[in-house]
This record gives sequence, structure tokens and C-alpha cells, in this order.
Amino acid sequence: MDWVALRLSLELAAWTVAILLPIGIFLGRFLAWRQFRGKGVVEALLALPLVLPPTVIGYYLLVGFGQQSALGQFYQSLFGHGLVFTFQGLVLASVLVNLPFAVQPMQRAFEAIPPEVREAAACCGMAPWRVLTRIELPLAWPGILTAMVLSFAHTLGEFGVVLMVGGSIPGETKTVAIAIYDRVQAFDDEAAGRMSALLLLISLVTIGISYVLGNRAAARRRHG
Amino acid sequence: MGEPGPGLSVRLRQLGPIPLDVALDCPAGQVLALVGPSGSGKSTTLRSVAGLYRPQEGRIAVGGEVWLDSRAGLCLAPRRRAIGMVFQNYALFPHMTALANIMAAMEHRPAAERAQRARELLAAVHLEGLEQRRPWQLSGGQQQRVAVARALARDPKVLLLDEPFSAVDRATRERLYVELAELRRSLGMPILLVTHDLDEASVLADYLCILHRGRTLQCASPLEVKTRPASPEVARLTDMRNLFEGRLLGHEPERGRSILDWCGHRLEIPLRTDIAPDTRLPWCVPVSHILLHRRDRPSRGEKENPVTGLLSDVLVLGEAVRLTVSVPGESLPLVFSVPLHVAQRNGLAPGVDVTVSLLSEGIHLMPPSS
Repeated sequence: MDWVALRLSLELAAWTVAILLPIGIFLGRFLAWRQFRGKGVVEALLALPLVLPPTVIGYYLLVGFGQQSALGQFYQSLFGHGLVFTFQGLVLASVLVNLPFAVQPMQRAFEAIPPEVREAAACCGMAPWRVLTRIELPLAWPGILTAMVLSFAHTLGEFGVVLMVGGSIPGETKTVAIAIYDRVQAFDDEAAGRMSALLLLISLVTIGISYVLGNRAAARRRHG
Repeated sequence: MGEPGPGLSVRLRQLGPIPLDVALDCPAGQVLALVGPSGSGKSTTLRSVAGLYRPQEGRIAVGGEVWLDSRAGLCLAPRRRAIGMVFQNYALFPHMTALANIMAAMEHRPAAERAQRARELLAAVHLEGLEQRRPWQLSGGQQQRVAVARALARDPKVLLLDEPFSAVDRATRERLYVELAELRRSLGMPILLVTHDLDEASVLADYLCILHRGRTLQCASPLEVKTRPASPEVARLTDMRNLFEGRLLGHEPERGRSILDWCGHRLEIPLRTDIAPDTRLPWCVPVSHILLHRRDRPSRGEKENPVTGLLSDVLVLGEAVRLTVSVPGESLPLVFSVPLHVAQRNGLAPGVDVTVSLLSEGIHLMPPSS
């Protein structure tokens, strides 16, 4: 069992979810209620990671993060090392790849809040941030939770993008999904089996928790 | 436009996308109903008062406070206006209990007072004991009462009701009418009620404001609107049946009357020296001022503007009968109602001739259409 790789995967997933939570709420809310020119294009771009092969995404991120790119040079001047083959680069790639998994469920959740309920909140004298924390977030909570679980589970299992952008540096970019591949290549079926079983268990538990909480929230909001 | 008193004063103007030309005033403690077909701008007017819609031009003032003044570039957000709004589908917060819904509108009060005040409001709308229910556990009528309590929880300077009775059944509606009528006696603020139902407006409101295509056509008491519409447009919108055109023949000031010619009939009407003789103009008479003559013997008032015509339709509607009379020379029929027993005793059937009196004080002339 490669505990270092497992720990790295969990850290990567946690960072990804933590960064995507505010971004997803902002983007999801914005896309749910604003009409603007080019909205369809924005939505399509956000959904792109769902259909592109991970290796293609990984290739473009590799190019985009590299020393030749503006982003890569900017990052280098800021921190003294590049983005490619680092944990930070991996987090950034993971955030980009997981955008649709985070934004889409949140957007649907905000869309489901009737406009007059938000208007009623304003008519009750609530300031916009109070409307967000007391009305919108509690009502959109099941969707936000689904988004977080999907991003978390998807990050744990991501293989192609991680391999392209991160390489396979133990303790830095070698996640558990890559470790499993490594073990299979080395004919260490036992280790690969154990890690696969553990990943399966973690995924089952997170998805299970999200369904239970989601159903409970739906029951509370019934007819609402 | 005069400076508003303690009541509500609304002036709105815009060319599009929703055309508006609204002028209305509602004194404190009174109910003003905005009545009109869908798309007439009544909801937009209400939403403008709430601050949920921003018209291009206008001024809205309540009790000395100015909420909208387009010339000064002033337009307060809804949370800066002391409004109580009841939405058509109530828009209760689904994740909160009835009590929490009401307390959500009390952020202007100290936290310690809120629960107590919310309980008082629930009691005022007869919902004691249902504090912990969530909206989906309440009936339509109960949800409406919670919405009213929540609207009052903000200690509003104006109460706004957007079709508050459209989502409940008829029996519940009748009960809620009575409750609202009782409640308003204890409320000192102007109340705006949006409805498409003229009967509902007549029952609940002190003033009706008839809106059509964003324009206020008439603001007056329900009786005034129903019997003395300001224009044929208002008469049509209020379902006034007997709307005709006639020619003013002249005035007889010494007898306090003017004479109207209607397809050969000389109708005596109250003196209207403001209208020049020989003017063609629309007129109407409410059904309450059409009197059927008994066919077997003469009756009281039969000398007053008698008109004879052919009974073309007799329609039984429960205890009443709707009679349609074709008058020679007029393409539109006279329509009025009599009790069922009157129709039976007089042997009224299609094809017989009947004579009616158009009572003079009920005949109302409207300005010639431009």
C-alpha cells in the first residue's frame, strides 16, 4: 500500500474542492440568474472537460503551464520554480478539469430557487449577503453538496491529466491512481488490488453520504 | 401634482418595454385596488412601489419619505423601503418554519423581541399553534396568512398585495376576505391590492384604479367606477353591459334635465350643461337602473324614459334571469336581470314585446371618444 500516494490524492482532492467551492457558487449563481450575450459559449467552454480526452486536456495544460507560456513565466518569477511537475500545478489543473463537475450542479440548484423567493427576501429587508447566507445557500445546499462530492471523487480517480501535467514524482505528484497503474506495470497485483479496493470504498462512502444528505434535504424541501 | 400627505403617492411614466402612465394616490388606512386585465401593468406598478422594478421616470412617496424620484436619480432598493409584500404564490421560505419565516422580516428589531412579536402576528392571523410548521405542511389559506403576517412583520409603511387570493379555493377566499377586512381596521397604512377580479376589488377596496395598457383610466370608489365609468374603455373593462351611443338634443335647466336622443327615443337625463347640444357621445346605464314594466297592468315609474323592444333571449342563471332586449334602431341589445319569479309571473319568453324604464339618474354620459 502506497500511503504517501493516497495521502497526496486526498490532499489534492481537498484543495480542489476548497478552491472550487467559492468559484462554483459564484459562477453557478451568475449563470443561473444572469442573461447575457455569449452565455451559451461560456457554458459550452465550462462543459468541455466532460467530453475532451484527459490526455488532450493534459497536453494543453502542459503547454499552458510550461516555461514558454506567459502563465509559466509569471509563476516562475513569483515562486522561483515552474508549475509543471509540481503539486501546485496539479491543483491548478485539477481545478480546471473539475469546473463542470462543480459549476453545473450548483447552477441547477440556484436555478431551482423561485425568483419570487429571492424577491421576498429583499422585501423582508435582508441585505444581499444575508439573502445569500439565509435563503440561497440553504436552498441550494443539496446541489452544492453534490458538486463538492463529484469534484472530490473525480479528483481521486483522475489519471490522464495528472500523468501529463504532474508526471509521477513520489510525494509530489504521484497520486494513488497513478500508483495503482505503477503497481500493475510491476506485476504487483496484490498492492494494486488493495489500493483499488480502498479507492472504491472511499468513492462509495462519499457518494453514499451525498445521496443520503441530498435525499434528506429534498424531503425537507418537499412542496417548497 | 400635489405634495403627498401621509398616504402613498405614485407617479410612473415610461414608453417601453412595458408602457406606463400611472397616477394614483392612496390615503393611509385605505385599500386601493389596481384592477385590469393581464398585461395592464398592475403588477409592474406594484413591483415599482416595492422597488423590484425600476421605471424610467416617476416619483413614489409614502408618508413624507421619497422612495423613487427619477429626476433626482433616487431609487431605493427594496430593503430600504418599509414595505410589506404578499406575493401571488406567497413565496414563503421553504426551509423555514412559519415562525422563522415571520422573524426573517424583523431584522430591524432587536433580536430579543423577534420571537415574541412573531407569535403575536401569527395570533393576529389566527395561526396560533402552527409556529413550527413548514410551508409545505400548511394549507393554501394558512400559507397566505403566514405571508400576510410576514409582510406585517416589517412594520411596513405600505402593504402590497399581489393577487393574494388567486391560489386558494372559493370557500377559503371568502373567509380570507373577511379576515383581511377585519385586519385592515387595525392597520394604519395604505394598502395596495392587485387583482383582475372586479368583484373582489369591490368587496375589499375603498378605491378602484382601473389600469389598461399601463395607463390609469379611472381612480374612484367602486360604486362610482361601476355606475359612472370615466370612458367607454372603463365601461368595457368593468363589464358594463349597456353601453350605447346617443346625441344630446338640448338642455332644460328650469326642469333640471337634459335631453338625449337614442335611436328615436327621447331620454331625460340629469342636467349636463357642460356638454354642447348636438354632440354625439357614448352613454351607459347600469343594470340596476333598468326597470321592467309589468305586462298586465301599469306600474310605478313607467313614465320615466319608457323604451319598448323585443325580448330576444331569456337565460336562467340560478335565482335570476338575464333578459336580452332588442331595441328598434339599435344594433346592441339592452341586457338586465330580474328575479326568476318575476320572469315567470310576467310570462317572459323569447319573442314577446317588453317595455322598460331607463331610470334618469342612472343614465351616465361619457366624453366623446377621441
